[in-house]
Amino acid sequence: MASSSRPVDLPGWVYVPAAAGALFVLLPLAAMVSRVNWGDFYGLVTSESSMAALRLSLRTSAASTLICVLVGVPMAMVLARTAFRGQDLLRSLVLLPLVLPPVVGGIALLYTFGRRGLLGESLEVLGIQIAFSTTAVVMAQTFVALPFLVVSLEGALRTAGQQYEVVAASLGASPTTVLRRVTIPLVLPGLTSGAVLSFARALGEFGATITFAGSLQGVTRTLPLEIYLQRETDADAAVALSLVLVVVAVLVIGFARRGRGSL
Amino acid sequence: MRRWVGTAAALVLLAGLSGCGGDDSSSGDGGGDTTLAVYAAASLTSTFEEMGKEFEKSHDGVRVEFSFAGSSDLVAQIQQGAPADVFASADTANMEKLTADDLIGSGPENFASNTLEIAVPPDNPADIASLQDLTRPGVNLVICAPEVPCGAATQKVADAAGLTFEPVSEEQSVTDVLNKVVTGEADAGLVYVTDVKAATDTVKGITFPESEDAVNIYPIGTTADRKNTDLAQEFMDLVLGDTGQSILEDAGFAKP
Repeated sequence: MASSSRPVDLPGWVYVPAAAGALFVLLPLAAMVSRVNWGDFYGLVTSESSMAALRLSLRTSAASTLICVLVGVPMAMVLARTAFRGQDLLRSLVLLPLVLPPVVGGIALLYTFGRRGLLGESLEVLGIQIAFSTTAVVMAQTFVALPFLVVSLEGALRTAGQQYEVVAASLGASPTTVLRRVTIPLVLPGLTSGAVLSFARALGEFGATITFAGSLQGVTRTLPLEIYLQRETDADAAVALSLVLVVVAVLVIGFARRGRGSL
Repeated sequence: MRRWVGTAAALVLLAGLSGCGGDDSSSGDGGGDTTLAVYAAASLTSTFEEMGKEFEKSHDGVRVEFSFAGSSDLVAQIQQGAPADVFASADTANMEKLTADDLIGSGPENFASNTLEIAVPPDNPADIASLQDLTRPGVNLVICAPEVPCGAATQKVADAAGLTFEPVSEEQSVTDVLNKVVTGEADAGLVYVTDVKAATDTVKGITFPESEDAVNIYPIGTTADRKNTDLAQEFMDLVLGDTGQSILEDAGFAKP
């Protein structure tokens, strides 16, 4: 891994498709920024509905990231540190939301937790209604964001290997102590970047939310839903809010880069 | 040798990239296959597809290609240069955006109208019978957001009836509202008469007299500066003529 030796030069032609790819990503963003109506920007971004959407987005994304960490860390550990029949299949299924169109996730959640869903009726009896509540937003976000945390943490766990854990255990540390004092500190960068990725994914969540949770200001209308709605009548507001979302996303990525790890 | 392969690959890639932007789907005038691009509001999907088939039957070598979406989506696309020959909107406000930009050639002419209806799950769990019932506490009401045409109509109806709705969700489109009712998430929703008719037995429709206060008018027009102007005009004539009108009537649309 020591990289003190002279680096090997890349072949020149690699830069051509690389530049084309970078341009493909950056050009639309630049085009969007060029359409921002700066005169009204502050007013558009600080309107009541915009602020409600931004607050709701930050609040729900934080909550779903927390849930992702609470259940995703144990999931990654089970996948990385144990071996059992059907593990590969289980991994593929757990990671499914990664490749599923979010709207499909929303439909699946609806048929599970909706009022007439698999569990919804029992919940209704208990007086719990998930549909159209902020809880539904958090669930939709968690559903799509969880695989990001599991994937990056499982990768980090496999890269870190088990030799330190073996040593700690041989010195008499209990499994919980090994986990707390050795494993977690070792993969902390991976965990951080995984959590940041989950947060970013939750922040951008749209399809599952609109399908499962609905859209009501301050309750279920997150920033992406607000942007989609504003686009109907006020293109300037939609562009201004899009820029806010881009800025938040850039800050999040910057934070993740500082945390390094296995991004 | 290696190097050559790489350079060639890069060139092929670039050629591919530039090729993406270059083709125009509605090419060819006369002789071979001609494509007529019709952009229509999502609520017109089934009726316009039927008219498209009729049109193709009477026009050899012509293919009608539809793009169905929310009217404001389509307007934004046409404003950005989308190759539409005909545009049919679910409300006059969106059509006016295009006429204001001089993007409409012939028309617009109104060809249909639609009113709101209450949609409830078939078993009507909240016992809805009138517009007033929608304001009862505990009723999970879903409506369109005021920003979209069906929401504007909902607002008008509520104002005329002197009611204030407290929905659990304001959806993006009328299909989203209908879906919430079909799945039983919502106890009631306000959608168009034609939506209830199309949903057949998955929802029950309840008409209400106040719907007369918000009649939605559907205008159609051909777009300016396109090659298929004559063909576009003929399609518009079909929609406005007997064939089109009877298809629309069957789907529950009223005369404008």
